[in-house]
Amino acid sequence: MALSERLVDILVTSFPRILGQGILVTIPLTVISFVLALIIAVICAMIQIADIRGLKQLVRFYIWIIRGTPLLVQLYLVYFGLPDLGIMLPAFPCAVAVFALNEGAYCAETVRASIEAVPRGQMEAGYCVGMSYVQIMARIVLPQAFRTAFPPLSNSLISMVKDTSLAANITVMEMFMETQRVAGRTYEHLALYSEVAVIYLLFCTVITWLQRMGERRLNAMNGGDVIHA
Amino acid sequence: MLEIVGLRKSFDGAPILREVDLSIRQGDVLAVLGPSGGGKTTLLRCMNYLERADAGTMIFQGRKMDMPAMTRREIADYRRHTAFVFQNFNLFSNKTALQNVTEGLIVARKMARSEAEKRGMEALERVGLADRRDAYPSQLSGGQQQRVAIARAVAGSPDVIFFDEPTSALDPELIGGVLDVIQALAEDGMTMVVVTHEVNFARRVSDRVLFMENGAALVCQDTAAFFGEQNLERIQTFLRSLERKDDK
Repeated sequence: MALSERLVDILVTSFPRILGQGILVTIPLTVISFVLALIIAVICAMIQIADIRGLKQLVRFYIWIIRGTPLLVQLYLVYFGLPDLGIMLPAFPCAVAVFALNEGAYCAETVRASIEAVPRGQMEAGYCVGMSYVQIMARIVLPQAFRTAFPPLSNSLISMVKDTSLAANITVMEMFMETQRVAGRTYEHLALYSEVAVIYLLFCTVITWLQRMGERRLNAMNGGDVIHA
Repeated sequence: MLEIVGLRKSFDGAPILREVDLSIRQGDVLAVLGPSGGGKTTLLRCMNYLERADAGTMIFQGRKMDMPAMTRREIADYRRHTAFVFQNFNLFSNKTALQNVTEGLIVARKMARSEAEKRGMEALERVGLADRRDAYPSQLSGGQQQRVAIARAVAGSPDVIFFDEPTSALDPELIGGVLDVIQALAEDGMTMVVVTHEVNFARRVSDRVLFMENGAALVCQDTAAFFGEQNLERIQTFLRSLERKDDK
């Protein structure tokens, strides 16, 4: 396949349109959903760690449901299914809600495991200098857990960037849907889907790079790679 | 100043402490000796409520407390008068040496930062680590970490400090520095309870010795009497078994 003038023209004109939807839709969708997911994750993890009866079972149930069903099915259920119950959400908020709840369940497990990985002695030492449970959690345990959770949470963020392409199924006009439109009009599937793949790769490369920087900073704040002697 | 009567504790039905009594006078150093598994560490942890006693009465500074019934608030209040030094140091690994010392002062005791840092630096000077104030625990040797932990304990001006085998996790060449710091505290009149395997240290520094075996306090007596020739056969064999280990 020669790179004909027509093909070059399609690629060049579609690039800013696809990237534009990426910047206007994919990135905001990812960022808002991920921030909400982190809030959900920390709350769920704390409920499990603090062993709050009733709520803990509820959290386990939520994680079980979310992790046991496909993300695409969840999107359809909320966007196309809930209107049957009279609950109608516009596409973008609907996508945010589903992505946040979905990623929140996975991140809850990451956060919980990271808190549990902080040695018990840190808690005991905090008690012995007179600090309360909440003070020790906020100032000693969670900062250390965050260092442990940071790489797997970066993983989740990278997954989410790509998962947002599923939102095209519920009419969210993000990068992938824009690409589908151009491809449908021009029949240049190979070239256009390669193009959008490269843009996703670009986004994820930036995140990978930010992750490295973040890890370096977090390590410096803990005095080097070795966290426990 | 601190007295315990009838302390009992079991884990999953297995008794670890059976009816332990002890008393500590102001300014005394009480060494707790005995074979491993005898309940020394559990005793110390019960004394700071890191483990909840099943039964026992504590009289601290004239106040009588029912150990199993202590509320969270009462425990927190009591802990403001005590300090604990762990076998594994347990320094806050996300805090520098100075922050480790000041954390409790600022957060728990609501002391102004400048005042806390002044006290923190005094405490670090006392253990000879003022120059490492900005080092994180992972950048310090085990001995240095333990000395920072002692500074953290001292900074809160406790009435009594509990030491749980403070040198057991250290390389042999680092033990001396830590013991010297504890000895200096003893000379300054600090009241301390030290669970240890360092018999020579106990002989040199402690005023009284509590000998624990199978969850019971076999004797609690003056150090001179404990190490005397006339003491119980059991204690003499224990001391001889340690000497033999030293000869190797």
